[in-house]
Amino acid sequence: MTPPDAPLLSVSGLCVRFPTAGGVVRAVEGVSFELRRGETLGLVGESGSGKSTTARAIVGLVPVAEGSVRLDGTELVGAPAALRRARPRLQMVFQDPYASLNPRMTVSSIVGEPLVVHRRVVGRAALDARVCRLLETVGLDASLRRRYPHEFSGGQRQRIGLARALALEPDVILLDEPVSALDVSVQAQVLNLLEDLRRRLGLTYLFIAHNLGVVRHVSDRIAVMYLGRLVEVASRDALFGAPLHPYTEALLSAVPVPDPVVEAARRRIPLDGEIPSPTATIAGCPFRSRCSKAFDRCATDAPALREHRPGQWAACHLPERS
Amino acid sequence: MLLLVVLSCALLPLLLGLDERRQDTVARDQAPNASHWFGTDGLGRDYGARVLVGGRASLLVGLVGTLVCVLIGTVYGAVAGYYGGRVDDAMMRVVDFLYGIPYMFLVILIMLTMSDEDRNSPTAVFAALGLVQWLTMARIVRGQVLSLRHEEYVLAARVMGARDLRIIFRHVLPNCIGPIVVYGTLQVAAVILLESFLSYLGLGLQLSWGNLVADANVVNPVESRWWLLAFPCAFLGTTLLSLNFLGDGLRDAFDPKTRR
Repeated sequence: MTPPDAPLLSVSGLCVRFPTAGGVVRAVEGVSFELRRGETLGLVGESGSGKSTTARAIVGLVPVAEGSVRLDGTELVGAPAALRRARPRLQMVFQDPYASLNPRMTVSSIVGEPLVVHRRVVGRAALDARVCRLLETVGLDASLRRRYPHEFSGGQRQRIGLARALALEPDVILLDEPVSALDVSVQAQVLNLLEDLRRRLGLTYLFIAHNLGVVRHVSDRIAVMYLGRLVEVASRDALFGAPLHPYTEALLSAVPVPDPVVEAARRRIPLDGEIPSPTATIAGCPFRSRCSKAFDRCATDAPALREHRPGQWAACHLPERS
Repeated sequence: MLLLVVLSCALLPLLLGLDERRQDTVARDQAPNASHWFGTDGLGRDYGARVLVGGRASLLVGLVGTLVCVLIGTVYGAVAGYYGGRVDDAMMRVVDFLYGIPYMFLVILIMLTMSDEDRNSPTAVFAALGLVQWLTMARIVRGQVLSLRHEEYVLAARVMGARDLRIIFRHVLPNCIGPIVVYGTLQVAAVILLESFLSYLGLGLQLSWGNLVADANVVNPVESRWWLLAFPCAFLGTTLLSLNFLGDGLRDAFDPKTRR
């Protein structure tokens, strides 16, 4: 038995590298975080910052160059047997509701497939009953289960993908931008459904998004990624209230506020400068080229992720200087 | 139209009691008339019977030859495309190498390794044609699989822990069915043509459309016995054209997105 406060999923020093013609792309570079049972960790960052790659590395879809991924203390990296056993507990929902469902399978066989693969049910009738229950769990009409994915809207399709992920009764679900392909009105419905399911089924989420507004709504803690590295990890309130990293500040300044008075007073911190090439070896802080507060030390020392305030970690030299 | 050709080739000779071998020495080289609708050839054989019975062989060779090549090509291409990397490189170099050899040379080589009594049997021709024609199919399937393997539903299947075989046969290949069917129907036509070429060289079947066309070409001048060339050509052309339309129709039928 693991102690109750032990992390359910722990990722440490995760590195993913892709060899390309132009050099090695360091897609994920030394990412470490922990997921505690029942919490939602939001993972944000701009396109190409390695959010999705991190999630894919955790479930073994892309090869891990270095580092470790543990589920309940069991190492999954480099252990195919352990990974296979862990699969039912660790599921994933994909970004694109149009690409993530096989167009040639009915909804019923899509949602039922994990159950068949893992031999969780015996007999056609039992399988059908389970599929119906799953569809109802995600708020879909079970009588539609003989239809094909293209007959559903984006929001409905994302619910189907969610039902598929729920089929094996997982502990952790990695949500890879689950709502970014949906209309805003549908986004809210799906987010509420996710929150509802988390409470009812005791799920733990890693919620990936590039929209801070969405992440704020669902996350307990938030991790910010930049160029394959974590630059800040903090509780939601700490991160939105008093961000430590200048990149986080810039991201927050880009979130519109519903109150028009506040919105008018909102000052955006524009991000100038070039993102370093993902194949480059970076000396010093990777954010230096776009940081308005960079000083001499940033050019030489790569800042490590440190706990500057209780529970608030940042990879920046600034808090130490002031 | 295709159905008409297939059915008449399969059933008409039986129903009408036609015999493609019976010679009528009096009625030689007759133009189409009431008793011999398609005329007779130089040996007084009913040409209608010969075209129909020859069609059986041509169609059968086209169908079975294609099945052999689809089977080999699909499995080979799917494995190469799905595993990618070195496996793909090695497997596709083999295909490239075979491509480099003139296919007629390969067919002749395969035929020559067989014993004399096997050589003119339909099975030998099926095997030889199928073994040669799968290369393009393998490339097409590999290309499809290569692009499909990064689709999110394939990733989703991997995350749920499905094994490779299941992913290939449940998720990847069903989504390649369009190109396979379309190319397959074209392949039927190609195999029919290839067989007729083989017949011409004396390596194919004894009686097929290709065979009849080849024989008719020997007649000089062709205009004097136009029916010897016209009927097998018309049947061949109709069949090939119909196969192309069929391919198109099948692709639409297989795609659930166009289904209402």
